[in-house]
Amino acid sequence: MNNLFNYIERKSPIHELTGATKLVCLFLWSFAAMTTYDTRLLVVLAVLGIALFPVGRIRLKDVSFMLWFTLVFLVLNTVLVYVFSPHHGTEIYGTCTYLFGLSGHFAPTAEQFFFQLNYILKYFATIPFVLLFVCTTNPSEFAASLNKIGVSYSVSYSVALALRYIPDIQKQYHEISQASQARGVELSKKASLISRLKSASAILVPLILSSMSRIEIISNAMELRCFGKNKKRTWYMAQKFKVLDYVSMIVCALLLVASLVLTHINGSRFFNPFK
Amino acid sequence: MKKILSVKTIVAIGIGAALFFVLGRFVAIPSPVPNTNISIQYGLLAFIAAVFGPIAGALAGLIGHFFIDFSYGWGVWWSWVIASAVFGCIMGFVTLKLKIDEGEFDVKGIILFNIGQIVAHLLAWVVVAPVLDILMYQEPANKVFLQGITGAIINIITTAIVGTLVCLAYSKAIPKKGSLSEEN
Repeated sequence: MNNLFNYIERKSPIHELTGATKLVCLFLWSFAAMTTYDTRLLVVLAVLGIALFPVGRIRLKDVSFMLWFTLVFLVLNTVLVYVFSPHHGTEIYGTCTYLFGLSGHFAPTAEQFFFQLNYILKYFATIPFVLLFVCTTNPSEFAASLNKIGVSYSVSYSVALALRYIPDIQKQYHEISQASQARGVELSKKASLISRLKSASAILVPLILSSMSRIEIISNAMELRCFGKNKKRTWYMAQKFKVLDYVSMIVCALLLVASLVLTHINGSRFFNPFK
Repeated sequence: MKKILSVKTIVAIGIGAALFFVLGRFVAIPSPVPNTNISIQYGLLAFIAAVFGPIAGALAGLIGHFFIDFSYGWGVWWSWVIASAVFGCIMGFVTLKLKIDEGEFDVKGIILFNIGQIVAHLLAWVVVAPVLDILMYQEPANKVFLQGITGAIINIITTAIVGTLVCLAYSKAIPKKGSLSEEN
């Protein structure tokens, strides 16, 4: 299961942080990167995110596949933004500086380039951190950490159940799909779109029916053990907070504050060098 | 005091999220458009929402979608994760009157289910996801709306086929309420 989520077990300060800390940091960090479009803060976030990789002992080749995926996505999105809205930058920054003496709908402007630079920076501000989170957080610790940051334990338990049953359901899906294909259900490009969807349902129906009886069995078992009777619950994977946990949460909180303060100073979420 | 979440709902959220994850992550049906796969997980989410209600729908969508993004490692797109939750939630409210788990799913039910899913998909992908994209990432409006509309259309078609078939199969598989009669 850990392979599924790209968790890499190593000894590093980041691995030793509790899951709850990393989750809180992920929320604070993504929120900080989401609010701001200030180039300076985005650069700080991007550099800091990349600098954390050696600290977490994650090498480039561990994440190269995911990174490629993201880069393709990024290039596609950047091109789409330009094609759909070549004057988005002009609208945001309020000025229009044509470059290379060209003019017209698709003519490049300095504002557009600056906006797209920020757009790319925004990816680089969030993605390294998320990658780091994915590689250093043990999924089994998830449920315990959710409960620790205030999510009710029944919902946290749903998360734990989902993680527990993903491999089982995956295996079952595979078995059903092979059995149906042996009986001639066509899923490849040879069949038409509608018949492909229909054959997908042919696999889905047994899968869902067996999952429904699975739900019945598990909830009966939980009910017999009086799940939900007490107000609290302890977790096998839960860990205690240490000094480093508090430090990292404070740093991430400060980044969010910086992002909010900068938004206030700039008067908008954008840093405008064109004024 | 009646609890908001029964044990069965909790389990349904967990298993629903796991199913959503497996279907979204590993079931790739090639579509005519290159590099895009048809996602059938929304048909399943609609079914879970219809049987177990809005809370189960919303949370199963939220957790399942979060894990899909998480396992790809391309960053968690909160705007789209939230839109999945919104879809599950609306779907749950629309289908509150349906009694699929008692074996009732007739023509009226099919119509209600499909009108519901169309409305829910439109709200989730044409309103919630693009608006959140604009608020969070300041992307150009016409780009995100086009992406949203494309997503909505594909999802509506897949939910209409996959979701309806699954609901029909499930309602037929369980005995109807009052189907037993006393023998004289």
